[in-house]
Amino acid sequence: MKPLLRVRGLEAQYGLLKVLHGIDFDIGEGSVTTLLGANGAGKTTTLRALCGMVRHSGTIDFDGVDLTRRRTEDIVRLGIAHVPEGRGTFTSLTVEENLQLGAMTRRQGSEIEEDIRRIYRFFPRLEERSGQQAGTLSGGEQQMLAVGRALMLRPRLMLLDEPSFGLAPLIVREVFAILADIRDNMGVSMLIVEQNASLALELADEAYLIETGEIALSGPAAEIRDNESVRNSYLGY
Amino acid sequence: METFFQQVLGGIATGGIYACMALAVVMIYQAIHHLNLAQGEMAMFSTFIAWQLLQWGFPYWAAFVLTLGISFAGGFLIERVVLKPLENAPVLSHLVIFIALYAIFNSLAGFIWDFTVKPFPSPFGTAALFGEGLIGAHQAGMILVTLIVLFLLFAFFRYTRVGLAMRAAAANPESARLVGIRVGTMAALGWGMAASIGAVAGIMIAPVVFLEPNMMLSILLYGFAGAVLGGLTSPGGAVFGGFAVGVIENLAGTYIPVVGAELKLPIALALIVVVLVIKPNGLFGRTVVQRV
Repeated sequence: MKPLLRVRGLEAQYGLLKVLHGIDFDIGEGSVTTLLGANGAGKTTTLRALCGMVRHSGTIDFDGVDLTRRRTEDIVRLGIAHVPEGRGTFTSLTVEENLQLGAMTRRQGSEIEEDIRRIYRFFPRLEERSGQQAGTLSGGEQQMLAVGRALMLRPRLMLLDEPSFGLAPLIVREVFAILADIRDNMGVSMLIVEQNASLALELADEAYLIETGEIALSGPAAEIRDNESVRNSYLGY
Repeated sequence: METFFQQVLGGIATGGIYACMALAVVMIYQAIHHLNLAQGEMAMFSTFIAWQLLQWGFPYWAAFVLTLGISFAGGFLIERVVLKPLENAPVLSHLVIFIALYAIFNSLAGFIWDFTVKPFPSPFGTAALFGEGLIGAHQAGMILVTLIVLFLLFAFFRYTRVGLAMRAAAANPESARLVGIRVGTMAALGWGMAASIGAVAGIMIAPVVFLEPNMMLSILLYGFAGAVLGGLTSPGGAVFGGFAVGVIENLAGTYIPVVGAELKLPIALALIVVVLVIKPNGLFGRTVVQRV
């Protein structure tokens, strides 16, 4: 089957510092792929490169469209929603305005209203706080808002950068359960960058392990999860 | 007592103009985090355009609307042509651009329309309202026009998608790009709107201060004072600040014997200094609440 996203020889750099040294990976339609690795391995940079937020080269093919020369705004318009590191909340705007912003590239007002109600059914706590300044939400609520905002795009692919970051274990469970729900019921493909490997491997279908800017290992998530030597040497659990 | 009301109303009338300038300054500040020193000269140039259109025989309100449109296009173009290439340049580069724009508009206006002082018509006439001269017709008109402008802007930012996109682009450019907002276009729109608001201020104040290339200098200083008083991060605060500065200026000129007409301008500067010392964020400027 032809993958939704096909990345070949992706290199990226900040100024003179090269961070990615030609990585290859695929994301299948409707599946969850996870990118694991230590701090500074290049996970966030990979996501930023996909969205044209850092200088990069190589080929990025999204359903037949080449993303390498496109600007961030235009990549989003193709249906790629990026939930960035730190969640990218518009802290001074209300929760509802944050959700409306997620649908900024869409046209039909009535459908957008309907989607906001759908997101509220998904995250009842966001509805309780709809008129509140988003910066006053707790970390978990902000993560839910970030996922909700991404869904408002009706994305084909969601890129999530450390969705577990800074959250209490119970909340992390909740967030990942929601992500599984989104994949199963909405058919949204995802690329999840995580430091919490055990959790990400539970959710993911495919996994890639990145080490100092290169793919060190890849395969079905279940295999990697069950391979003790890999777990010991790479994932540390 | 009547003098007092007269001065307060007069202060509200000129304060509305300061409020418009303050708002224009704040809109650009939100987008690029610098004070546009050329805002006043841009407004002055717009006023000259309006004057020229009137000379060519356009009806007043047609010239008014047309000038707003031309100013919008001009502000939009300035952002695209002059400021966009300097997006990531240091503060001083922006400062130099603003000073250059200031000088260019000032000299250009002098070159095209010369430096002689010209009268500028008022659409509201000069008669006193309410018989006793509590407030002039033009002053009342100024208040009305500024209130309409402020209301329209409020509605635009609060209830339209473009308004929301502009707020988002100013608050968090990177996240705004990630929801597909063209942040650069939003900044240019902000410049266009600021130029139009400045044009309103210029056209409304011109019958009072008369039309000449340096007419907006003190107006802009009062506008800055209003913006700083209300808070550079708060459009509503800037509007309040503008009105407050107008009233303070008038009352101080009337009731503090040494101030008089000559020392009115330093009041604006003194106000800026006092606010910055006591409450650097201004009265309504907020430090955004955030939990992590």
